[in-house]
Amino acid sequence: MTVHNLYLFDRNGVCLHYSEWHRKKQAGISQEEEFKLMYGMLFSIRSFVSKMSPLDMKDGFVAFQTSRYKLHYYETPTGIKVVMNTDLGVGPIRDVLHHIYSALYVELVVKNPLCPLGQTVQSELFRSRLDSYIRSLPFFSARAG
Amino acid sequence: MAIFSVYVVNKAGGLIYHLDSYAPRAEAEKTFSYPLDLLLKLHDERVLVAFGQRDGIRVGHAVLAINGKDVNGKYTADGKEVLEYLGNPANYPVSVRFGRPRLTSNEKLMLASMFHSLFAIGSQLSPEQGSSGIEMLETDTFKLHCFQTLTGIKFVVLADPRQAGIDSLLRKIYEIYSDFALKNPFYSLEMPIRCELFEQNLKLALEVAEKAGTFGPGS
Repeated sequence: MTVHNLYLFDRNGVCLHYSEWHRKKQAGISQEEEFKLMYGMLFSIRSFVSKMSPLDMKDGFVAFQTSRYKLHYYETPTGIKVVMNTDLGVGPIRDVLHHIYSALYVELVVKNPLCPLGQTVQSELFRSRLDSYIRSLPFFSARAG
Repeated sequence: MAIFSVYVVNKAGGLIYHLDSYAPRAEAEKTFSYPLDLLLKLHDERVLVAFGQRDGIRVGHAVLAINGKDVNGKYTADGKEVLEYLGNPANYPVSVRFGRPRLTSNEKLMLASMFHSLFAIGSQLSPEQGSSGIEMLETDTFKLHCFQTLTGIKFVVLADPRQAGIDSLLRKIYEIYSDFALKNPFYSLEMPIRCELFEQNLKLALEVAEKAGTFGPGS
């Protein structure tokens, strides 16, 4: 099991943070384009899912998987979106994504007066805490470094 | 019963077959006196609740029936505009049924081609080499399973999140498609499927899968 990468978007589609661990393939476009494509896909999936759903939804879209990876999605009522790509063996990780939001983003970025909201997070503390939190996850594999 | 619907999408993203096997009812009927304490608005030829969530009536729900008679889009059964009818104090008290708007066939076509592109983007954004498109999409109310054949046809099944055995059902649908649509001399490739045997066998396969896969809400 392994974690590939993590995206953090705000409600306007700005990528607040991106980091990757075991990513073997790039999308073949610039990083900025990739963020836009990812946000656009999630935006469309959200509207797709809300139309398709036979019942009223609570959490809405949670995850999707392809033959090689699984994308986990978590959205707060304020529109912050946490997206994590892992391999297929990882089960529901809503609590992990919620922890990234509540214990890392809110504590280290929102409550930090030196971090302007709505743009890429510059805080070194946030980056390193996030990195060590992800590395400590039970499904973060050590085999690829 | 826990398989909601089946879609077949051709390689160009066009919807060529659709079947709704089971639609859970989420409807609320209530009798109102004048003035109506909900804010309604017109959206996509339907009357939706814009504000005033209460008693099982939620924002986004559409007006489905007035006094027990189904409405037809934004018109009542006898051809008057719904908003006008509900704005007239003489028509009160009135009983209105609200529920999730049902998908029109136009919307289904649109959603099918939308999924076609999401499928492609899903494989482009893969962090791993050689990934397929979206095979399973999970929400809290349903799971969407997709199987793409080597020839590019996509079979999509919407089912309850707890329903098991969808993968084998998708293969079975492919088999039924090959046997009863492709081998039908009157069927032309990539075109909407109108084959009686295909439909019969598909319904049979859904029934079997629902019984074999466990724990639907009503089974």
